[in-house]
Amino acid sequence: MIILWTDALILLLLFILIWMLVQAARRPYLRQQWQKTYAHPTRKLALIILLCYASIGLLDSIHYKQHNSNNVVSVLDYLLTPIANSVETSYSAQFAQHLFTKQLRKDQDGNISWFAPKLKSPDHVFGTDKVGIDVLYASIKSIRTGLIIGLLTTFISLPFAIFFGAIAGYYRGWVDDLIQYLYTTLSSVPGVLLIAAAILTVDAVVQRHQAIFELMAQRTDMRLLILCSVLGLTSWTSLCRILRGETLKLREQEFVLASKVLGTNNLQIIYKHIVPNLFNIILISIVLDFSGLVLAEAVLSYVGVGVDPAMFSWGNMINSARLEMGREPVIWWSLTGAFVLMFTLVLAANIFADGVRDAFDPKVV
Amino acid sequence: MWYYIARRILYAIPILLGVNILTFVLFFVVNTPDEIASIHLGSKHVTKQQIADWKQAHGYALPLFYNAEKSSITQTIFWQKSIKLFLFDFGVADNGRDISQAITERYAPSLAIAIPALVFGLLINIIVAMGMAFFRGTYLDAWGVVLCVILMSISMLFYIVGGQFLVARILKWVPVSGYADGMIGIKFIILPVMVSVIGGIGSGARWYRSFFLEEINKDYVRTARAKGLSEASILFKHVLRNALIPILTGVVVLLPLLFMGSLLTESFFAIPGLGSYTIDAIRSQDFAIVRAMVFLGSILYILGLLLTDITYIMADPRIELN
Amino acid sequence: MVVVLRFISMLVVLLVLCGCDNHASNDPYPNQPASGNILYSAFSEQPKNLDPVVSYSANEWALISQIYEPLLEYHYLKRPYQLQALIATQLPQVTYNAKTDISTYLINIKPGIFYQPHPALAVDTATGKYLFHELTLQQALAIRTLKDFKHAGTREVTAADFVYQIKRIADPRLNSPIFGFMANYIVGLADLNKQLATSLELRNIEFAGARVIDNYTFEINIIGKYPQFIYWLAMPFFSPIPWEATKFYNQAGLEEHNITLDWYPIGTGPYYLTENNPDRRMVMLRNPNYHPDYYPSEGEPDDLANGLLDLAGKKLPFIDKIIFSLEKENISYWDKFLQGYYDTSGISSDNFNSAINSGNQGGLELTKPLLDKKIRLEVSNMPSIFYWAFNMLDETVGGYSEQKQKLRKAISLAFDVTEYIAIFTNGRGTIANSPIPPEIFGYQAPDNHETSEQLQLAKTILAEAGYPEGKDPTTGQALQINFDAITSGDPDEKSRLAWTRKQLAKLGIELVIRATDYNRFMEKTSAGNAQMFAWGWNADYPDPENFLFMFYGPNGKAKFGGENAANYANSKFDELFVKIKTMQNSPQRLALIQQMLAILNKDTPWIWGYHPQSFVLYNTWHSKTKPSGVANNTLKYAKLDPDLRAKLRILWNKPLLWPLVILAGLLILIIAPAIIGYKRSENTIGKRTK
Repeated sequence: MIILWTDALILLLLFILIWMLVQAARRPYLRQQWQKTYAHPTRKLALIILLCYASIGLLDSIHYKQHNSNNVVSVLDYLLTPIANSVETSYSAQFAQHLFTKQLRKDQDGNISWFAPKLKSPDHVFGTDKVGIDVLYASIKSIRTGLIIGLLTTFISLPFAIFFGAIAGYYRGWVDDLIQYLYTTLSSVPGVLLIAAAILTVDAVVQRHQAIFELMAQRTDMRLLILCSVLGLTSWTSLCRILRGETLKLREQEFVLASKVLGTNNLQIIYKHIVPNLFNIILISIVLDFSGLVLAEAVLSYVGVGVDPAMFSWGNMINSARLEMGREPVIWWSLTGAFVLMFTLVLAANIFADGVRDAFDPKVV
Repeated sequence: MWYYIARRILYAIPILLGVNILTFVLFFVVNTPDEIASIHLGSKHVTKQQIADWKQAHGYALPLFYNAEKSSITQTIFWQKSIKLFLFDFGVADNGRDISQAITERYAPSLAIAIPALVFGLLINIIVAMGMAFFRGTYLDAWGVVLCVILMSISMLFYIVGGQFLVARILKWVPVSGYADGMIGIKFIILPVMVSVIGGIGSGARWYRSFFLEEINKDYVRTARAKGLSEASILFKHVLRNALIPILTGVVVLLPLLFMGSLLTESFFAIPGLGSYTIDAIRSQDFAIVRAMVFLGSILYILGLLLTDITYIMADPRIELN
Repeated sequence: MVVVLRFISMLVVLLVLCGCDNHASNDPYPNQPASGNILYSAFSEQPKNLDPVVSYSANEWALISQIYEPLLEYHYLKRPYQLQALIATQLPQVTYNAKTDISTYLINIKPGIFYQPHPALAVDTATGKYLFHELTLQQALAIRTLKDFKHAGTREVTAADFVYQIKRIADPRLNSPIFGFMANYIVGLADLNKQLATSLELRNIEFAGARVIDNYTFEINIIGKYPQFIYWLAMPFFSPIPWEATKFYNQAGLEEHNITLDWYPIGTGPYYLTENNPDRRMVMLRNPNYHPDYYPSEGEPDDLANGLLDLAGKKLPFIDKIIFSLEKENISYWDKFLQGYYDTSGISSDNFNSAINSGNQGGLELTKPLLDKKIRLEVSNMPSIFYWAFNMLDETVGGYSEQKQKLRKAISLAFDVTEYIAIFTNGRGTIANSPIPPEIFGYQAPDNHETSEQLQLAKTILAEAGYPEGKDPTTGQALQINFDAITSGDPDEKSRLAWTRKQLAKLGIELVIRATDYNRFMEKTSAGNAQMFAWGWNADYPDPENFLFMFYGPNGKAKFGGENAANYANSKFDELFVKIKTMQNSPQRLALIQQMLAILNKDTPWIWGYHPQSFVLYNTWHSKTKPSGVANNTLKYAKLDPDLRAKLRILWNKPLLWPLVILAGLLILIIAPAIIGYKRSENTIGKRTK
């Protein structure tokens, strides 16, 4: 079994999630709040969709080496073997019998003619892309990439945001000034530029140390991880600002003063009292940012600093689709496949995020 | 008030310095000056001497931070290229063209798209949000929210590609891409502005709707209703004015960034603005342009923050400066 | 409500107004006359430098070849490509001096050739002094474009101008890309380069490589024999440049607004550049000082039947103005072409299937929508090759033992290049079985083999090479080969890499893709660290030497920094190469070349790949043209029918307005019930609200 870096992080995330769920289940007030989030039938549906996507992503994260070769595949590939292996030569429309593009063939007498060869399997739901890979398969494989970018980025940015926000708000003084300077500087650089610069930098470092990353899967995986880290490191600033504001308010509360009087040292106060009270905001911020990040991945691929082009991702599919739309008749199924799956995920995430916000935000009545 | 502004501007200088150092470090770790030279000289028949000459001509032959030979800080790449930004001397791009001139030429098309997009976007978002707040509880509101969430969930790329395909190619209302100055150039602006506005309706309308709803639930509105005013006039005369405060303060922070233009729309619609300038520079790894744009963006952002604070103070008399 | 209505009506009025002149509503050229004699074309890569001594890329040459005229040009219609005199009176006379080992090219130029009108040549008629050679800094900074100068002048081209240009190749401040190469041939060029590092005055320096003999005669001196040198004389590097231009452009303050030679050319060609805006468009106007030039009256046998001699003997150029617009997205370019806003289009792989289908006879035909618009297709062979190379210095895939030869041969047999051409270029290419492209001396047509046969053969040979079923005997696993690629952000890239992996997977070999950015890739190949990679070569001139030199040992990339990226070295091949280098085309030369190709076929340092073809579509109002793989200055031969174009544009671009109506209707339908409901609730008796 092969464990890629992102697989390991997903596993970690899974454990954290399960731990959180267990904690929530034990406390009745938390349980109530969570139940509110999926009270509405639409929200229930959204939650189910999210769970489906999550399980697909998980299945796709268990990698192993295929028998007798260096190919790294996942459990999902195994389950989807029929459509994974039905690779055609080139484009084909959905449920078509023949190849979409005509090709030149020479027969025995040397005559050149165009004909559309028959497809190996006539049941491609979304057709095939330029090299004949089933579009539905490509879109499903892209789920893991989208999920990782959405989740991992937020979880990488969280420690920074919480740590800096809480400390800045609590200690104030020169610590606060320093941290404010830090995040103002970072946030004043236009987002895309900062991400582009950071990714180009890290790419260069990776190129210079090729030897560490043997398998291609490990390389593309590393690139994905780097993208998430860079996105995370550049997006902690907005959450940090909010948390700092909240901490400033919290530290004046009586229970904090009481703690101080009792002699608890500062770090323990932050850990035990301040941070737990920030959870609401953190949770809301996580779910709200998730959909934005999934959408941003597509834009980054267009600019050229997205995931590795060899990896399945919706951004890459849309990027290739740009050219396909210029044909006549138009090849629209690749774009549609990516759109449908990405849209469903983002919509479900948005609806669920609404539910979370309604349940957890103390300001909403 | 002026004292506050002066203090804020002074505070901006170390930030700009930090931004400068950050981008400088990032870029020179990626590409050594040798590599920058070979990119710009092309791939056929390039010799080491030519690389050395290019570096000399473009000022990259100096050490990065500290010149030990001449014991000075001013004879380094960092000083020559980055500090001069503070004097608004953006210098020359790596492909030889003057950056300041390029910026003065290109900010107008960016504004030509960004200002109408902002104004129309604001107008439409407010109208839609008001509509939803007005008909709250009815089918219009419910479906409106659903529509907004759906619109929010679609990537900007789809809007652009789809819009171009539908409007320019199939319906043939406006040119597919391009730009012209003056009144005649309106037909080139219509589609990019439309796409920007529609792409922003989803999140904008929802957000503004929450402001309107917040206001509508306040006591003075109930009083007005009790006095017999119609819903419509309450909405227009009282609620709108008060809800505009958070709306406008949110908008003001975006104003300076208008100059930068939307990277995506300018690229797809061949608008020669600052956004496409930046994207081209990223793709061709032109360090000089990218750092100039980053610097410009930072200044504008800090300006935006300052403007937001001032607008907030002016709009809401309860706020005090600290 | 009233405000909203007023607003909407304003929009409608605006939209209608846009279509009120005789331009279609989606016409992207509102400022140009609808029936103007103007050629509309596009460029996707912004030209960086238009100085003829520096510019070396295809997109820049597309522009400057219409502006600068070198000594020679290619005959428009004759094939195989033939050089003829342009500014020279005839092809240069070459004499070889065996004692000094120098070839001397004696060149006579035509009198009566004048430069385009340019402020650098503007002279005060009374005093005879140049008007604009002594600008103060203030005056210079006030100039924003070249048109700001109110006067322009011209003068006749002299031999000294050519010698001046040749000296510029050595100018260290200009960094000419051919300096390193030419320093091996032109006498004294390297020394001149060192001299110019200290002194700056070019005009009066003594130079052994090029000497003025009289006003219309000069000579060039080349070390040894290099018969292909005359091809270089057809490139912009050997156009005339007046010394006044350098003096003018070097004035302090002018470069602030890009008033420089690399921005505003000064040439003798049929067009001159009047607007240089690489972010938007480049505009060229007919040169009023252009010397008499006529459409050729003779050509190839079937040119007459194809209508290529209809304009024979007429004065050139035909078109008044040329506008190149920046088009970065394929979709826009194609849409505008179909709508009639570009006069010609190159077809990219993704548009191809809309245009071409095959008729019953098997020839290439256009699809019905394009036939209806009477669009024409022109196909031409480009003197280029796209190939996959093995690094001969590598342990695994390199080396000259029989085993390694078989390994490479097996891999090359497994590559189904026909499929590659079909998928990634949509048939715009011909299979290569040697580096020499069609229409170039030494070309060998490939024999056709069945793909499955080839694969079987490949598997057998692979087993003989010691890798049965692709397994490396030392590890017992599949053999791993690294493929070095460049990440270009090109959306096709992933598909291409996937396809390449598939080819080797057919043999059981695993291809590991190592994609890096351009710089890192060049580093790898220069250090000799790559194993296998894809590359291409565009010929400088149509001679087989320009292809075979990439296999010459002393040109090895890793050891000598040359163009031989595969680092191939074979002493017999090198011997033969030195022989054919200086030969004229003859049966003997052909025989030697065939020997060399046989050696290459045995060693297989490259998988031969394909020779790209260019497919260009023309709208019906554009005259018939003959595409050329080497000549770039062919815009002067093109003629348009502007009235026909204006008519067709309006016909093809009628806007569909009914969706607007439907949209308005929908809007009313949605809002009406809500408004009715509101009015009703307002007029009811007050009820308790929660």
